[in-house]
Amino acid sequence: MKSLILRDLRLAVRSGGGFALTLSFFLIVVMMVPFGVGANLDLLARIAPGVLWIGALLSCLLSLDRIFQLDWEDGTLEALATSPIPLSGIATAKATAHWIITGLPITIAAIPLGYLLNLETEAYIWLVASLSVGTPALSFIGAFGAAITVGIKRGGLLLSLLVLPLYIPTLMLGAQCVTIGSETPIKLLALVAAISLFCIALIPFACAIALRANLK
Amino acid sequence: MSLWEYANPAKFMALSARILPYLAIASSCLLLAGLFWGFFLTPADYKQGSTVKIIFLHVPAALMAINAWLMMLVTSLVWLIRRHHVSALAAKAAAPIGITMTLIAIATGAIWGKPMWGTYWAWDPRLTSFMILLVFYFGYLALWEAIEDKDTAADLTSTLCIVGSIFALLSRYAVNFWSQGLHQGASLSLDKEQHVDNTFYLPLLVCIVGMVLLFLTLVLIRTRTEIRSRRLIALRLRGI
Amino acid sequence: MFELDKYTDTVLLAYTVSIILLGTLIWATLSKSKRIKRALDAQEQKTDDKR
Repeated sequence: MKSLILRDLRLAVRSGGGFALTLSFFLIVVMMVPFGVGANLDLLARIAPGVLWIGALLSCLLSLDRIFQLDWEDGTLEALATSPIPLSGIATAKATAHWIITGLPITIAAIPLGYLLNLETEAYIWLVASLSVGTPALSFIGAFGAAITVGIKRGGLLLSLLVLPLYIPTLMLGAQCVTIGSETPIKLLALVAAISLFCIALIPFACAIALRANLK
Repeated sequence: MSLWEYANPAKFMALSARILPYLAIASSCLLLAGLFWGFFLTPADYKQGSTVKIIFLHVPAALMAINAWLMMLVTSLVWLIRRHHVSALAAKAAAPIGITMTLIAIATGAIWGKPMWGTYWAWDPRLTSFMILLVFYFGYLALWEAIEDKDTAADLTSTLCIVGSIFALLSRYAVNFWSQGLHQGASLSLDKEQHVDNTFYLPLLVCIVGMVLLFLTLVLIRTRTEIRSRRLIALRLRGI
Repeated sequence: MFELDKYTDTVLLAYTVSIILLGTLIWATLSKSKRIKRALDAQEQKTDDKR
């Protein structure tokens, strides 16, 4: 399984710097917000947690369809399916690789971007904490969406429609955790972590069902 | 491979054909009677005026919106485990009904909300949960439409329904944390305690039962249509 | 009997919207059912004729 993760990482880096595109998108989306709502620093500070989380979400969404698509198209997925690794293991490996390429860079990039949005100083620690704990959920849920839509040509829009509602709990709790003045950031952080752990543990099995259905 | 060869669909068609007339008549009678009773024969509420009468549509629709999804969950599980085609098609059949119920719940809630709370919409836990449910319904139907092979579509949509149910439940609880952060404890949802009066409770019960029966009637009709549709496609594919 | 107060329009609007939505659902359900049944009967007729 480790070799699968490494292989995906290598492929991503080779096909044009895996995370550069994601980070550029994150930057652009965050930049759009002051253009859209005005540069009032108080307003930006108030909405920064949500904007950063939504930006992270959308940036994750971008690279999701690639998780299984490339292997599906050249038949590698079928070959992998007959290997001794169970499909759920393959899904876990791919979701983990996605997180390393996308979730992890996003968590780090959020710090300077938070500064662009005048995020409150005390909130930075919660920003990094919530994103690092929450982005795994995004990658694994995204992998589920990718597994479902892998057989659909240009299924990117449908993928977003299916995955975004599933992101809602993580988004709500994560953004709330970063908002200064919310009562118990530790409790919210724990909840986000719980969702992520739940996803890591169980979503791969749902991915396996979806992949098997598509491979038939 | 024709569905018709499976005993299940044939038995289903026979059984549903027999009970459908009774279901249709019972549901329309109960629903019309309940609505008539509630609309004309109940007094106006002390605080809410006659708007309280909206409850006779709002609550049954909201209940059915959720129950339709639960039914889809059960039938999806049955499909994944027992591979009964009728089950998979029944889940697909229920979705548009669930969407309509959700829309009625949201619309009546909004219309009721304007005079009562001064706003058509508020991001309180209950209303928000219904909005999220609506989006889950849309995703479910969109997936059915996007996949060509219908057995694969059944598998994928069933999985989506199950995973979606877990996250819908998660959202239901996450919303409480989210809402508390912005408006401390503000909840604009109806208090069921307010309407324990028999004068309101009985016609409400009639409407709820009527709505459940209406759901059953429509789901049966739609499932029959799906079964016929599959048979039609199978016949056409055979090159006849 | 039904008391007319200032909220009557609101209640009527709610009922009208709901009835329109329900009516559309019921009409769509029934008309699709009839259409598919007719198409299936026609197709099965063709099948029987060919035998």
